[in-house]
Amino acid sequence: MEKFKTLTSVPTPLDRTNVDTDQIIPKQFLKRIERTGYEDFLFFDWRQTPNGKPIADFVLNDARFKGSKILVAGKNFACGSSREHAVWALSDYGFRVVIAPTFADIFYSNAGKNGIVLIKLSEEQVDQLLKNAQTIPGYQLTVSLEEQTVKDGRGFEAKFEFDAFRKYCLTEGLDDIGLTLRHAAALDGFEKQHDQAGWLRVR
Amino acid sequence: MSNTPKTLFEKIWEQHVVVEPKGEPTVLYIDLQLVHEVTSAQAFEGLRLAGRKVRRPDRTIATVDHNVPTTIEGRLNITDPIAATQISTLRQNCKEAGIEFYDIDSPKQGVVHVIGPEQGFTKPGMTIVCGDSHTSTHGAFGALAFGVGTSEAEHVLATQTLPQSKAKTFRISVEGELPKGVTAKDIILAIIGEIGTDGATGYAVEYAGSAIRALSMEGRMTVCNMSIEAGARAGMIAPDEKTFAYLKGRPYAPKGADWDKAVEEWKKLPSDAGAKYDRELTIDATKLAPYVSWGTSPGMVAPVTSPVPDPASQKTEIDRKNLAKALEYMGLAAGTDMRTVPVDVVFIGSCTNGRIEDMRAAAKIAKGYKVASTVKAIVVPGSQLVKAEAEKEGLDKIFREAGFEWREPGCSMCLAMNADMLQPGERSASTSNRNFEGRQGRAGRTHLVSPEMAAAAAIKGHFVDIRNWEVKA
Repeated sequence: MEKFKTLTSVPTPLDRTNVDTDQIIPKQFLKRIERTGYEDFLFFDWRQTPNGKPIADFVLNDARFKGSKILVAGKNFACGSSREHAVWALSDYGFRVVIAPTFADIFYSNAGKNGIVLIKLSEEQVDQLLKNAQTIPGYQLTVSLEEQTVKDGRGFEAKFEFDAFRKYCLTEGLDDIGLTLRHAAALDGFEKQHDQAGWLRVR
Repeated sequence: MSNTPKTLFEKIWEQHVVVEPKGEPTVLYIDLQLVHEVTSAQAFEGLRLAGRKVRRPDRTIATVDHNVPTTIEGRLNITDPIAATQISTLRQNCKEAGIEFYDIDSPKQGVVHVIGPEQGFTKPGMTIVCGDSHTSTHGAFGALAFGVGTSEAEHVLATQTLPQSKAKTFRISVEGELPKGVTAKDIILAIIGEIGTDGATGYAVEYAGSAIRALSMEGRMTVCNMSIEAGARAGMIAPDEKTFAYLKGRPYAPKGADWDKAVEEWKKLPSDAGAKYDRELTIDATKLAPYVSWGTSPGMVAPVTSPVPDPASQKTEIDRKNLAKALEYMGLAAGTDMRTVPVDVVFIGSCTNGRIEDMRAAAKIAKGYKVASTVKAIVVPGSQLVKAEAEKEGLDKIFREAGFEWREPGCSMCLAMNADMLQPGERSASTSNRNFEGRQGRAGRTHLVSPEMAAAAAIKGHFVDIRNWEVKA
């Protein structure tokens, strides 16, 4: 996993709440067996017409936000299906940070495994960022995971809460399975005992 | 250990803690992982790249459900090469790892959340995961079951554990007797409508109360299934005599003395009197009605007799905008009586409502009637065993005579990964779980309902209030 410390980018304002993972990546792209190559499928139905023509008023088609690494969205972002393809699509497209008031639980886990930083700010703060990104030419945000801050260099400054262990994993780029396997001996011991519990056996 | 009263969730959690490293998430043991074709290929590939093996193939079960065709001809020759590759990849992965696999031609194949319980893999007190958000279905047995992503699925394949932070607990008590025509599906739609699609985010929900106790296991599965639609990490119901009766004699249920011992342990699982929950909510079952979703999220639901809401009635600008966007997508005007809204397609099936009881409920409504000439209606049993049982009971005949198509098991039109999908602008009455934009096909319009409501809509060609239905003998 790529390490994350600080990042400065133009933010992409996605002014919608309850964005579900079916919108982030529609089902027809879940048949692939690869883990990469999902960038063109991100927000597929919102990005282009059924004939493949770009929908001009969708933010991802707005030249101002080209190359953006930060997505700003409304509350309950990425609810619904557990498809990790939603994270892969965001990541392949170039997003490293999503800022929203709240995130759905499974997406929250999936993002952490793929080095995407999810930042919760208040609804007022997110509204402000959505507005600024839309109206201020050349608007930029700087996210520091070390300081746990989001700043725009023109007066917006927000501190955010962040789970200490998740921060450690992201800043060091650590592999989750490797972390668990540090406890291999404890796991072997537990499993031996646990296998005795007949009522919890699969077969 | 103190004698503090504990919840069902806490009891299961404590029995599965492998280690609690300081300042890190708990490493939780997972008893059972269910695997399907769509979210697993990358997990197996990840293992291979890291030189890791499947730790417990015996605690892993696989089947194909999401992208399989639901017609006999379609199954014999899968014409979508990408879908075919995904299926053959799972077949190969299971073979290499020694994982039991219910292939497309197996008499035990079916939707992963239907076959787990019907084979008796799902048991009270277990921790269960699957790369599918509707894994909460298994919570109906008093298991802690939740959906995971592909990386987490890989983690479980490699270690049979998951690093987890403990969820908060939320008890939703549904009290009183359900009125006639009101089902488990209506209970859960009412709950989601009440608390919202993020109302239970961060919580493990325990459903309790006399209305939940009165539900069959199938009904309980329907309720737990849609917990994720309220944002919940898991949904669960304490095991009781109904749970044990359902499990007894299933192929993978304990037998003989092991059964007695298991029941003894399972009986210790229900929450202790006085156990504390982080949040509580009580719903009056006697006030519930048959529900229909009118918007593009499962929280956008109302009783079938309620008019479609007006964006102007919303308090905040963003809510007004969202509601207006949803109505525009759905092609509905504020104030519309849902009972006047015509449907083009009816889908009866899915992990929410694809079990034998759902087939019986829909057949009871359909019996002696004909599907409206303007409607295409399909019934997709949740598994081969559900299909076989329904055929034994003659339900397939009732459906066919009424003009419904009787299909092979799979997820089908719930997520439209196979050929079963809505055309742009088409409107469905669907017993599935999600009415998101494009869920059943691009520009398709989905209305979530119970199996009874779906069957009635197929016959009348528009939504009806099932409470007034005349059942023919």
